[in-house]
Parts: sequence; structure tokens; C-alpha cells
Amino acid sequence: MIKKSLAIAVLITMPLMATSAFTGTLDNVKSKDVLTLGVSEGVTGFSAPDDKGVWTGFDVDMGKAVAAAVLSDANKIKYVPLASKQKIVAVSSGQVDITSRTTTWTMKRDTKQGVDFTVPVFYDGQGFMTTKASGLSSAKQLDGASVCVTSGTTSELNVADFARANGIKLETVVFEGKKEAFHAYTSGRCDAFTTDMSQIASLRTTTKNPDDHLILPEIFSKEPLSPLVKHGDNQWKDLVTWVIYGLIEAEEKGITQANVLEVKASSQDPTVQRMLGVSGDVGSFINLDNDWLVRAIQAVGNYGEIYARNFGPETKLNIPRGLNNLWTNGGLVYAMPIR
Amino acid sequence: MNFSAISPGGGTGRQLLNLLVQAGVVGVVAFVSWSLFQNTQANLEARNIASGFGFMSVEGGLPINDTLFPYDPSDTYGYAFFLGVVNTLYVASLGIVLSTLIGVIVGCARVSSNWLVSRLATVYVEILRNVPLLLTLFFTYAVVLASLPHPRHSLKPLAGVFLNNRGIYLPNPVPHTGFWFVAAAFLLALVLVFIVFLISKNKREISGKGLPTLRIAFGLIIVLPSLIFFLSPSVMDFEIASLKGFNYRGGLVLRPEFTALMTGLVLYTAAFIAENVRSGIQSVNKGQIEAAGALGVKSTLTMRKIILPQALRVSIPATTNDYTSLVKNSSLAVAIGYPDMVSIGGTIIGQNDQAIEIIGLWMAVYLTINLIISSVMNWLNSRVQVVER
Repeated sequence: MIKKSLAIAVLITMPLMATSAFTGTLDNVKSKDVLTLGVSEGVTGFSAPDDKGVWTGFDVDMGKAVAAAVLSDANKIKYVPLASKQKIVAVSSGQVDITSRTTTWTMKRDTKQGVDFTVPVFYDGQGFMTTKASGLSSAKQLDGASVCVTSGTTSELNVADFARANGIKLETVVFEGKKEAFHAYTSGRCDAFTTDMSQIASLRTTTKNPDDHLILPEIFSKEPLSPLVKHGDNQWKDLVTWVIYGLIEAEEKGITQANVLEVKASSQDPTVQRMLGVSGDVGSFINLDNDWLVRAIQAVGNYGEIYARNFGPETKLNIPRGLNNLWTNGGLVYAMPIR
Repeated sequence: MNFSAISPGGGTGRQLLNLLVQAGVVGVVAFVSWSLFQNTQANLEARNIASGFGFMSVEGGLPINDTLFPYDPSDTYGYAFFLGVVNTLYVASLGIVLSTLIGVIVGCARVSSNWLVSRLATVYVEILRNVPLLLTLFFTYAVVLASLPHPRHSLKPLAGVFLNNRGIYLPNPVPHTGFWFVAAAFLLALVLVFIVFLISKNKREISGKGLPTLRIAFGLIIVLPSLIFFLSPSVMDFEIASLKGFNYRGGLVLRPEFTALMTGLVLYTAAFIAENVRSGIQSVNKGQIEAAGALGVKSTLTMRKIILPQALRVSIPATTNDYTSLVKNSSLAVAIGYPDMVSIGGTIIGQNDQAIEIIGLWMAVYLTINLIISSVMNWLNSRVQVVER
């Protein structure tokens, strides 16, 4: 009897004793035949389920490109909606393979939190939205105002830093959820609402009368948003990084969802031939076959197409490309050479 | 199993074995906990994740709007977290006092012979008790925000009092030296009341008739401090809030988040306490009350000496549970923007992602608060228990 319970106790404890064995994420994804993607709980434009429950958005398309490259099917994705607080831990603990969820690349996150960032896919910055009725024209006039903000993000620190840097006092009201924070602003609890500009644009479209609200001109933080992966799995990090560079390079070379096969068949440009696997073996550098980028572009199009689909003039958001233009058009989006 | 084998004198070998097994179990539990800890540490290190409480002494930079002590974003994470704990304690202690008051009143109303009063109390209890607290909080918060105007159109129900959707602004008392004399007089009155109670108790034991203690007590507590109040030159000033820019400044502010949280939490917990009070009162045999009446015992004495000792025996343990629930439920503050310990801790996690440390602290603080509540209530319970003969 005693022997038996001891044996059971040992059996239970044994697995807990071993530090978890490390297998590569790529092998994991291939063997499960599904990519586990951490997304937001619903931010229009970035990642949100549509009325049929299908996830769409800019961050979702980045994940789809990777799924298409690795699993040859952009729909083999398991979506895991993450609260802001969970987005880092979910990927460092291996719960998700990639977090593609409006996450700002910061030094502390990169070095001290068990994650690696891949490529900045969206250059964002924090700003304020306020009511037209307030008569404000600059964020520096907000002295003494109440500001609603969401917790667990970089926004809280940024808004406190902004106030300190400009010698003004702000009463910040911090909410767990973005919806609650925004609702408090629209109910008049706060004079202004703050988060990243792209999300402000997204939320403004959800108000009863968007024209009653205006976005103040100051952008007071740098928010390079990037998909992130677990720290230390360089094989996986390289793969995600270069799939994204591939999408950017494709825009620069004019390769689109519609013409990718045609370009592959006819292009005489050696760079394009290498990218699309006509010559060379760049696919093997990231442990994939040579058609990796063709599949990714077929699934979601190039970087510019992804941007236009989710933020372009035809969408409700209509966020000008600004910093997110290609470097050749005065923006910051620049792919490392694929060779 | 043969229990007689463990009885004293019945085989010390068996006793030793039992002892060894128990020591073994303790050892296994200790070993498992230790290896879990080691394992976590090793995994954190392997994944290059920072751990430890070193960050607590680093400047936090986070904004907090409602604190009981002065705060600036340049203060440390540790101090910010401490202020969150203070807010949690503040909400919990105020909540316990207020929900007990309301709970007792509603509980008595539940057993009232007045049809309307008892039905109203029933409706209150059933609604509050059966709606999730989170919804109640969202509701109270929405009501607070929706019913109050913009600061520029504040309601002014009394001089120096302003109501708007940024808070309830009350005159802030600024004590002068006279204030401390009044406070001292109040304390003195309390001591005198205590002495009067002792004398009255003695007198009743000797002659069977006590003093009119309640009247004396009220007299002392009101008259003595008021006398000093009118004699001393300056007791206190009031700082009155005034509209500057976007908001009122100065004064004593009850922010909407705090008001909504307290309202929701207190109304919810009071419904449970009311039920405890009702079940306590109903647990006392009616015959005893009638017997007391027949013997000519005054109704206040019947309450104090016959009903309460037996009713409390039923009510206190259940109420202890409700108090500890209230403390835990206060963590829902995070949903409506009140900066309690969970809200501030959540911000700290968002800033440096050391979730394990903060969650550990949360658990430790809640555990400590609730263990204190439990032991105080258990002590109270043992004091009021009827000594069964």
C-alpha cells in the first residue's frame, strides 16, 4: 500500500523534474500541420474576426504568409486571441508559435523577456483623440485633463512620460480592456483617449459620429510593431523574418498576388529569379523548398497589397502609408537583400 | 483496518511506522515544491527571461490617478504596488463596514412583519445575489457616468459640493490645533462611556437594575466634543474645489471608478450578509422569545441576551466567508478603472512582463488579508458563542 502510493508520487513528480525538452518550432508546426498564431482580441484592421467568424487583418495576413510558406496552406492556422498582458508570455512559453498582435519592439522585451522580434511590419506612434467640442489643437494644451488608457501596454508609460516631458499634469484612468477604456471616453469620463495612432483611427470609425472626434497632431512615441517568436529558436526566427522580407521585396519588385506565376515564368531579373525559386536555393537557407515565397504571395499578396487591403483608402480606416511606405517612396519599409 | 492497533500501548512499532509515513509525505510535498521552484527558475533562465524582485526598486513611470498617499510617476514600481495594496485595503475595509451596516438593516427587514418592507428586502436580496458582480459593476459605473454631467455643467447640491462625471467633489477639511483638542475630547468621551458601562454592569449584577447607559453614552459622545468645539478658536478650514481648465481641482474627490466600485461591491455583499442575518434570527426558537416576554424581560435585553448570542453563532461563520469574498471580489476594480492592487500590478506586468513575481505578490497579499479576517472573525465567534452546558 505504502509502496504503491510512493511509486505513484514518484511517477507524478518525474515529469515535473525535467526541464522541458527543446524542440524546434518549425518541426513542431510541421508535425502538428497547423500554425498557432497569437492575435488580438479584436482590433479592426490588424486582427479581428469578421461577421462570419473568419479572422482578417494586417497581422493575420503576416501569419497567413508564414503558414502558406511552411504548410502550403494559408488556412492551416489556429488563432489564439491574447490580451495585451499575455502577448509576450504566450510566445515565450510556447503556447503560440508567433505573436502577431500590434506588439511594440522595445529593448527590455527583446533582451529580458524570452522573445525575439522579427521585422517591424508597421511603424506606429502614440497619439491622442479628443472631441471636436474641446476646441483643442495640440496635446500640450491637455494640462489637467483626464485621459483614458488601456493597461498592460506601452501606452501607459508613454502618456506618463509625455506629461512629465512637457511639464503638464494628466489624470490617467487605466482600464483593463480597450473597449471599456474607449467607452469611458465616449461617455465623457475622459477629455481624451490615447493609444497608437493606427488603433485610434480604427476606434474612431466605431463611434456614432466619427466627425465629432479629432486626432491631435502630436505623435509622442515610436511604436515599431513586429511579430515576435520565442527567444533562442534561431531557425524559426530566421524563417519568419525572411518570409516578411520576401513580402516587402515583392512589392519593390512589383510582384503581386495576381501576377506572381507569370513573373516567375517570364522574369529575367536575377533577383526575382532567386526570390521565386527559379534559380539558386534560397529556400533551403530557411529549411523550406524553393517555392516558399511564391506560395506566400499567392496567399496574401505583397506587403503593399496587404497594407491596401487592411488600411487603404477603400477601407474604413484609411491610414495613409506615411512611414510605412517603401524606402524608395520615402518610407522606412526596407527588405534586406534576398541572396 | 484495526484501529485498536494504534491506541496507546498497542505496539509502538506500528506508531513509528505511521510517523515515518507521515514524515515521508511531508518530505515528498517539500521535494515536489522545491523541484517545481527549481524547474521554473531553470526554465526562466533557459529562455532568457528576467526573474526576481530587483525591478521593484526601479523607477516605474506608470500613471496612477487615485491614491491615498502622494504619488509621482518617478516613484518606484515597489511604491506603486504598495499604493495599490493600500487602495485594496481601503476598498476592502470600507466595503466590509458599509456592507455589514446595509446587510444587517436588510436582513432585519427580511423578517419584518411589515409586508411591504419584507418584500422590498426580498426583491433587493434576490436581484443583487443572482446577478454576477462584474455586471453589477459595469451597471453602476455606466449609471454613475451617464447620470452625471460634464464638469462645466456640474451639479451643486450644497455649498462647496460639486457633482460631475469626473467625480464627487467635497470640501476637504484642513485641521488646525483646535481639531486635535476636539479629537482628544472625543477619545476621552469614549473612555468615560466604557467606564459607565462597567459600572452599570456591576450595578445590575448587584441590584438587578442598570444605568440608562445608552442615553449617558450619547450625551457624553456628543456633548463633550461639541463643548470643546465651541470653546476653541479655530478647529478646521475647508478647502473647496474649483473648476480650472478641464477639471475641478482641490477638495476631496470621490472618483466615479471608486464610487461605482464601492456601490456595486457593497450592495452585492450586503445581499449575502442580509441572508446570514435573516437565517441567524430565524434560527432562534420563537418559544424562547415568547418565554422572555412572559418573564417580563425588556425587548432590548431579549435581543442582547437571548437572540443575538444564538443568532450570531449561525451568522458569523457565513459572514466571514462573505468578507473574504468581498476582499477577493475587489479585484474586479480593474474592469472599471479603479487602481487597486490588481490593476497596478497588471500595469507593472505590462511594463516589464515579470508576471510570476507580481502574481505571487497578489496571492500573498490576498492570502494575508483573508487570513487576518478569518482569525479576527473566529476570535469574535468564540467570544459570542453560547457556552453550552
